[in-house]
Amino acid sequence: MIATDPNALAIDVRGLVKKFGDKTAVDGVDLQMPRGQVWGFLGPNGSGKTTMIRMICGLLRTTAGEGTCLGFDIAREVNEIKLRTGYMTQKFSFWTDLTIRENLEFVARLHQLDDMSATIDRVIGNLGLMDRQKQLAGDLSGGWKQRLALAAVTMHTPKLLLLDEPTAGVDPQARRDFWDEIHRLTTEGMTVLVSTHYMDEAERCDRIVYLANGKKLTEGSVADVIRESGLFTARAEGDGVRRLASELQGKPGADHVAYFGSALHVSGADEAAMRAAIRDVSSEGVTWTDVRPSLEDAFIALMSRAGEDHRTHS
Amino acid sequence: MQIPSSVLRIWAVFVKELVQMRRDRLTFGMMLGIPILQLLLFGYAINSDPKDLPTAVVVEEQTPLVRTLLQAMETSGYYRFVMQTDDPRESSDLLARGEVAFVVSFPAGFTERLVRGERPQILIEADASDPSASSNAIAQANTILNRALRHDLAGPLAGLSATPAPFELVTHQNYNPEGITQYNIVPGLLGVILTMTLVMITGMAMTREVERGTMENLLAMPAHPAEVMLGKILPYVAVGAIQTAVILVAARFLFAVPFVGSLGLLLFAVTIFVIANLALGFTFSTIAQSQLQAMQLTFFFFLPSLLLSGFMFPFRGMPPWAQTIGEVLPLTHFLRIVRGVMLKGASLADVQIPLFAISLFTVVVMIVAMLRYRRTLD
Ligand SMILES: Nc1ncnc2c1ncn2[C@@H]1O[C@H](COP(=O)(O)OP(=O)(O)OP(=O)(O)O)[C@@H](O)[C@H]1O
Ligand SMILES: [Mg+2]
Repeated sequence: MIATDPNALAIDVRGLVKKFGDKTAVDGVDLQMPRGQVWGFLGPNGSGKTTMIRMICGLLRTTAGEGTCLGFDIAREVNEIKLRTGYMTQKFSFWTDLTIRENLEFVARLHQLDDMSATIDRVIGNLGLMDRQKQLAGDLSGGWKQRLALAAVTMHTPKLLLLDEPTAGVDPQARRDFWDEIHRLTTEGMTVLVSTHYMDEAERCDRIVYLANGKKLTEGSVADVIRESGLFTARAEGDGVRRLASELQGKPGADHVAYFGSALHVSGADEAAMRAAIRDVSSEGVTWTDVRPSLEDAFIALMSRAGEDHRTHS
Repeated sequence: MQIPSSVLRIWAVFVKELVQMRRDRLTFGMMLGIPILQLLLFGYAINSDPKDLPTAVVVEEQTPLVRTLLQAMETSGYYRFVMQTDDPRESSDLLARGEVAFVVSFPAGFTERLVRGERPQILIEADASDPSASSNAIAQANTILNRALRHDLAGPLAGLSATPAPFELVTHQNYNPEGITQYNIVPGLLGVILTMTLVMITGMAMTREVERGTMENLLAMPAHPAEVMLGKILPYVAVGAIQTAVILVAARFLFAVPFVGSLGLLLFAVTIFVIANLALGFTFSTIAQSQLQAMQLTFFFFLPSLLLSGFMFPFRGMPPWAQTIGEVLPLTHFLRIVRGVMLKGASLADVQIPLFAISLFTVVVMIVAMLRYRRTLD
């Protein structure tokens, strides 16, 4: 029973809840994701991204809620899901005491790929690891481990890719390559759900889902999320910026004050009040410009509007 | 021909385990090192032919004949007389305290009755709690005494030196009624070594994946629990085969243990026994949370196996509750098979009950493993 309807959702889950003891990691999240898109999973540490992904691919039992992944029930048809998804774990979880090639061979054998050695040659060639294929995977640098993992989980051309912070610790150029690869895969019909903490990566997603405290705070395209935040943002640059931050902090109208590089962004939902707050502080050595709120501004606003910062550090 | 995908997945896990096993030098070395070390320790400790064993003599008469016999015993090198008494209670105390290994007793009027042809008894009591220490000395006693008499009984008494011997040698193996000998121990070691190493090694099979964080990846792959189990167990069947070969060769050439039964039958039984232990180890690894716990479970199982299987102590000498526990252990049944086949030439029909018991154990343990296998990360 293969879900053939191309319009069917790749992921269709409702009311997913996951409790660990009396701690609720995911608290009633719905997700309806069409095929062929790239969606970003965002949210602070401990917000439930990893837990959510694990439930979607059947690695964790749900406490409540139900749904399908690629048309298969996430509770009962886990094996069908495993055959058709590629899941890249947040922490490198390939075998460090196997060589690069042996890891790929293991995956290829389990998925019974045709023409195994040619396929692996091609994958290793694409990675540019031809002359290091006999090296132990554990000896690779962090970024190379991530690349190997991505290659390994896409080798069987899955219909759905679940990537959990795939670019953590990857250098900027490699990160760019990584995303080019992700977009290339979607043109081949793959659906990609990727969790990330990088705003620039979030901007490359068709749609983003923002989790906080195990709840879905918002969902939409980047523009939607920014618009929904209803923010107005002014940007201060210059030598006096450092002093401004403490003065603006807590002023009515200046809802969020945050550094972006060396510049300071002041955002508020009420434009007039925000401007009044800016006028109030001395502008010596500071130039103000109006800017489009960034995604990060929007998230900070969303977070503080949703209540205090519940980040858990466990 | 289409190979079933299940077989291909077992093959995938098998190859992975084989490579990892080969690369883990320490464990690999241990798998061969432990049997060799145990063999040498156990084997040579028992096979050495201890001499000069302290002996007490209980004798009430000092005739030349008795002196000849005692002298012969002493010159044989096995017995060293440390005291002579005419009070049997004193000598049994010494034996009980382990200060002497033997008590040799000549009854009153021994010489006279021997001359009259009444075949008087010579009693040798041995501290057989360490059977390996006393067995050779006892085995030699008859020969030593006979030879001495033949020298001495010349002239008018020559007629007495004909068989049967003019005396009756009675031996009491105290503290160890079954009188286990080294022939019993080396075949038994085969079972002990296989139990210890194989349970321990597969006990780490799944916990290692958990500890190294590779479990999440393994679970995300399309392999069924039974496929993972078989793929992880099979490489170690080869290890068991190598260990068996080492021990059998050593039994034959180092310890000269007789082999009267069918080698094919023994290897068949070994295979089933090896699989039983591997399955048990795998089950442990589905229960334990860490490699350390798997190790502890292994020892928790290994100790009763060692003590209650009939390897250390004679099975029939144990209290009923201990025998009941012993009957559950695969080693108990394996010992019956291996001793039966090697020493007594037992046939398949003779060992079918213990074979069935081991197979039943394997099936039950595998079912437990499948029920315990974590299909998810919870
Ligand atoms: N196996 C577990 N047992 C107990 N609590 C867990 C377990 N896994 C996750 N949690 C808890 O569930 C919450 C959500 O964790 P999760 O790993 O899903 O967050 P995340 O969004 O992926 O965070 P990060 O960005 O740090 O990766 C956290 O509070 C975490 O401590
Ligand atoms: Mg995470």
